[in-house]
Amino acid sequence: TPNMKLILIFGALFGASLCLETFVGHQVLRIKTRNEEEVKQLQLLESLEHLELDFWTSPSTCALPVDVRIPVNNVQAVKAFLESHGIEYSILIEDLQVLLDQEKQDMADSQQRERASSTFNYGTYHSLDAIYAELDHLVYEYSDIVSKFEIGRSYENRPLYVLKFSTGGRNRRAIWIDAGIHSREWVTQASAVWIAKEIASSYGQDPSIISLLNKMDIFLLTVTNPDGYVFTHTTNRMWRKTRSRNQGSLCIGVDPNRNWDAGFGGPGASNNPCSESYHGPRANSEVEVQSVVNFIENHGNIQAFITLHSYSQLLMYPYGYKCTQPADYVELDALGRAAASSIQSLYGTTFTVGSICNTIYAADGTTIDWAYDNGVKYSFTFELRDSGRYGFLLPSTQIIPTATETWPALLDIMVHVLEHPY
Amino acid sequence: PPSSFRLRRAAVLAAGLIRYRRGGPGRGPVLRDVRRGRGPDIDDAGHKYHLEFVLEDLNDKDSAVNCTAEVLYHLGNRNTPPDVQFTIEGELKSSDEADHRFYNQIKSLKEELVAENIPDSHGNVPPALVPIRLLAWAAAGYVIWQNSTEDTELHLAQIKRVKQVKRSDEYLEFDYVILLHDVVSQDVIPWRITVLWHPQHGVQVTR
Repeated sequence: TPNMKLILIFGALFGASLCLETFVGHQVLRIKTRNEEEVKQLQLLESLEHLELDFWTSPSTCALPVDVRIPVNNVQAVKAFLESHGIEYSILIEDLQVLLDQEKQDMADSQQRERASSTFNYGTYHSLDAIYAELDHLVYEYSDIVSKFEIGRSYENRPLYVLKFSTGGRNRRAIWIDAGIHSREWVTQASAVWIAKEIASSYGQDPSIISLLNKMDIFLLTVTNPDGYVFTHTTNRMWRKTRSRNQGSLCIGVDPNRNWDAGFGGPGASNNPCSESYHGPRANSEVEVQSVVNFIENHGNIQAFITLHSYSQLLMYPYGYKCTQPADYVELDALGRAAASSIQSLYGTTFTVGSICNTIYAADGTTIDWAYDNGVKYSFTFELRDSGRYGFLLPSTQIIPTATETWPALLDIMVHVLEHPY
Repeated sequence: PPSSFRLRRAAVLAAGLIRYRRGGPGRGPVLRDVRRGRGPDIDDAGHKYHLEFVLEDLNDKDSAVNCTAEVLYHLGNRNTPPDVQFTIEGELKSSDEADHRFYNQIKSLKEELVAENIPDSHGNVPPALVPIRLLAWAAAGYVIWQNSTEDTELHLAQIKRVKQVKRSDEYLEFDYVILLHDVVSQDVIPWRITVLWHPQHGVQVTR
């Protein structure tokens, strides 16, 4: 079967990468023993070290076929031995090196194709520069509804780019979505770029998006913490915080999701600069946070605030800094459940719905608590895939499924906001 | 009703222990869902949770089995790992073929296996290294069990480095440096472990 071949190839590749051998003319035979006597013959063969046989499964009393790689010089001798003892075999791989060379060529070709074409691969993780280039490309391709502007610069002076999706009007009611506030949560930045493409490309066809953008604008910050994101590429894949210097400490960075002015500095955050949930010296100390705060406050008409995180598969509403229900608890909970149900209907991915405090832990100074306390009723935090199997290192093959299943949930929320102005 | 995160933490812990006891290079039982639960029941011994949850194999979505567990977090002595009693309804899928294939491949290597960053930054695991990762995952289950409290939820984030140690006896031995992620504190903690394994004798963490 193809899968079996792949396992064998990788096994050989694996072996090759360790031993730097070539496998020209090596054959892989599959031997089916029918009785104990034949097994004994195989075990005898195995013991002949000068043949340099590489048994991928060992001849034993398990009634399993035995796969063995035979160096080119010994292929004929081994076949003669098997035939003279009436032992059945088939040729699994005629020439291992040919297969390995083909594999190498295929990989090189695929890389070449990706470099040559100008299409952005949404199913893989990209550098910050590549993401920013794609944002420009989206603005160029869908210039009638997409524009890009800067809301500020990061600690290390990288631009914070927001995409605006709009069909016009002045200061319309708007939705805010941000991703990548914690830099190691790579599926969020990747999903955000996919979502940008989805909104832009389906504007002409999807009735929900058409009616949405007729009345409302969408603002999307795809990389909220670009310094951290670059750091996860260059140095430490597990970096979470910003990259700001902390006075009096060798430890770097503040948790940007503990830095907002809502229950700031409480027990649901750390006052230790070396902690992953360090809240910072004061609320909005981080320029990345202050930039978003400034934008939201100056806009004045943001009606929904959605932050994307990973991982844990949760859909949460306020509060994190206290365990009492928000005033709009009933509506937020119902909307959250409807959105989670939309996620589940695609691939069966289950999300748990609830307030931050009841669903994950007490957390002070978070984005949605601040937004909610500042008048943005529809404030939600998503924790996307998965639930711990790969965690932050979600395989890139899951990017598009994750974005695809999250999108209807976002749409549910946005349509609800559209239909319930306040 | 109990906060959902308390049940989830207990279920993650129980699944970790099950992975240590029943997992290996050919089998990776993982928590799929928490069906039901109650707790904490509080008494002098500590906090006890009763759970019903579903496990499946990492590489086989059709392999779901129901499990029940009782998890007791000791309050008095912080150094005592939680007590976990579990029952698996039915059978986990057999891993004999995969175990034997892995065992023979490793035994026949001329040089000791060395590898890094599993999965890599993009979440990829080369197929040849899948059993190495599953073995680490089973061993991490032990570390997670030994170090869990009601205020932690530990997952294996990544294998930073693995180095085989050749042995003259029948066991396979690997030195791993693993990263554990605690969802509650958000800390990523490096941990060095030595793992022994044999198809018949299962996983042992000796350090």
